[in-house]
Amino acid sequence: MKGLFLLALKLLLGDRGKFATLVIGISFAVFLMMQMTSMFFGIIQHSAANIINIGARMWVMDPAIRTPLNSIPMPSYILDAVRSIPGVEYAEPLYMGAGLVHLEDGTYQPVTIIGLDDATLMGRPNLVAGNVLDIYRTNAFFVVKDGNYAKLGNPGIGATFEINDHRGIIAGIAQVPLGGLFGIPTLYTTYTRATEDLPPTRYSISYILVQPKRSQDIPEIEEQVRKLGYLALTNQGFIRRNDRFYEFQTAMGINILIMTLISFIVGLSIAGETFYMFVLDNLERFGALKAIGARGSDLIRMIVFQALVVGFLGYGLGVLFSSALIGFSRLRIPNYAAVINYQNLLLAFAMVLVISVISSYIGIRRVIRIDPFDVFRS
Amino acid sequence: MIEVHNISKWFGEGHARTCAVRDASFSVAHGEMLYIVGPSGSGKTTLLSIISGILRPDSGSVTVNGVDIWNLDSNALADFRLRTVGFVFQDYHLFPRLSALENVAIPLVLRRERWEKGLEAAHLALEAVGLASREGLSPKKLSGGEQQRVAIARAIVAAPDLLIFDEPTASLDGDTGKKIVTFVRDNILSGQRAIIIVTHDERIYEFASRILRMEDGQMTGEQEKIP
Ligand SMILES: Nc1ncnc2c1ncn2[C@@H]1O[C@H](COP(=O)(O)OP(=O)(O)OP(=O)(O)O)[C@@H](O)[C@H]1O
Ligand SMILES: [Mg+2]
Repeated sequence: MKGLFLLALKLLLGDRGKFATLVIGISFAVFLMMQMTSMFFGIIQHSAANIINIGARMWVMDPAIRTPLNSIPMPSYILDAVRSIPGVEYAEPLYMGAGLVHLEDGTYQPVTIIGLDDATLMGRPNLVAGNVLDIYRTNAFFVVKDGNYAKLGNPGIGATFEINDHRGIIAGIAQVPLGGLFGIPTLYTTYTRATEDLPPTRYSISYILVQPKRSQDIPEIEEQVRKLGYLALTNQGFIRRNDRFYEFQTAMGINILIMTLISFIVGLSIAGETFYMFVLDNLERFGALKAIGARGSDLIRMIVFQALVVGFLGYGLGVLFSSALIGFSRLRIPNYAAVINYQNLLLAFAMVLVISVISSYIGIRRVIRIDPFDVFRS
Repeated sequence: MIEVHNISKWFGEGHARTCAVRDASFSVAHGEMLYIVGPSGSGKTTLLSIISGILRPDSGSVTVNGVDIWNLDSNALADFRLRTVGFVFQDYHLFPRLSALENVAIPLVLRRERWEKGLEAAHLALEAVGLASREGLSPKKLSGGEQQRVAIARAIVAAPDLLIFDEPTASLDGDTGKKIVTFVRDNILSGQRAIIIVTHDERIYEFASRILRMEDGQMTGEQEKIP
């Protein structure tokens, strides 16, 4: 068997030009597919940044919420109702909203303001400078040091600024696992200050963060919150809800899907066409093998092997190129969102397999029909 | 023992329908070197292909060692070609991207022999045709006579019972042709093996055990060795 594959490999490598076209064609398609899908996965991952950064086990929200980028205020009796659900260890309010910072040069910078429950600071970020307790000082804010930090003029501890016509002072510098999607800096403060600094609406709780007593309590909490007319989701559930929003309720998902499909078709046509040409060029060889005594199944094995070899090589090269490009871009562009995860690796791999299978199927159909008699009557 | 019985083969449809082989019957015994001679287009290649299990006849039977080969299924027929027949094609059909040694190893590879073992046997076969020193070269770098010998080595490497040559000397000069046929008679022909050679090269008639004539698809009897 090994000899058969060696023979197939030698036939394949014998035609350098076609071999190169096959591998490059497939790696180009893989490259495109990887770029498309990693961009998409990056976007939805970053759009869920606040869910990940705040890190609460469960979130209670208005049922109309699709993505953490908006929030719909809830009345405060909901907080009490959630707290009284058995199975809830504790539950705290969270404010999440937009604010405007007036910079020293006179321009305005939109920011995301996250207000943490005054007593517990549930969902607070890790500080890289400053003291957590300083958040209770007058007008104190923590600024997140991410790709958007510079947009506030890289403020240090003690720097003052104007936010929504109030005075603010930087009391700590925080770091979070994941930057947001839209390039907006984030400021943390207490719930009370956040709701005071921003134009008041009737209700002010954006989300309620819930810590269940045990994992088993989650379904019951979800059920009880549903009875209140609100929605409780685990952090994973909220991330999934956000994913689905981008996949199905924005044009982004379908656009990227179409581009991915186009890359797939490009790859398939280059590979399929070239592979068929390769088989046609080698028809005499396959015919000779048949005349010597190769079974149909031997030839099929050889051709499938050849298609898989170019498929895997193309896949490897394509993944290599796209990770290199994404890695390079990340170093250069702080907000670059693309991520390569096992999902798009698998997706591209599945597409390469389909390309290999279809290409070899086309080749096999031709080779199976060769009449070796035609070969040596030449 | 190979028995060919009432073989006929037609090509084409309607008006273009021609009979390439008509009611051909003959037999070859092991140890024999049988020649089939005849003008171009008389059906020799067609007949060889039918005997070697490559082309299905329209009627008649070919029995090799008691097995009616055209009653075998396609896998068994492929195995028959692989294990019983060694075919030297008119234009060799060597693989230019493989070395001479690898070319010769192909039948063993198809028999699922280990690659290294196949190369060893191929080396011995090339030694038998006197080409061991050139086994690493691509067939493209070899002369016509050397390529012919590589093709012979490939045909004999798996020790087949039936060796078939289609026009072995057509593209060789007289001396090389004679040398090759002498070599085949002296080194490859044996009591366990039958050889069928198709040719219209009268210079090699002297080596035949028997010569059969073929004209217009029909066997027209034996021919004298001296032309
Ligand atoms: N696939 C085919 N389709 C149609 N006609 C064919 C086919 N193969 C062979 N023939 C015809 O059958 C006849 C015998 O052909 P074949 O090749 O067996 O002759 P040959 O004796 O080997 O000739 P040569 O000495 O030139 O090689 C010829 O008339 C040829 O045109
Ligand atoms: Mg012929």
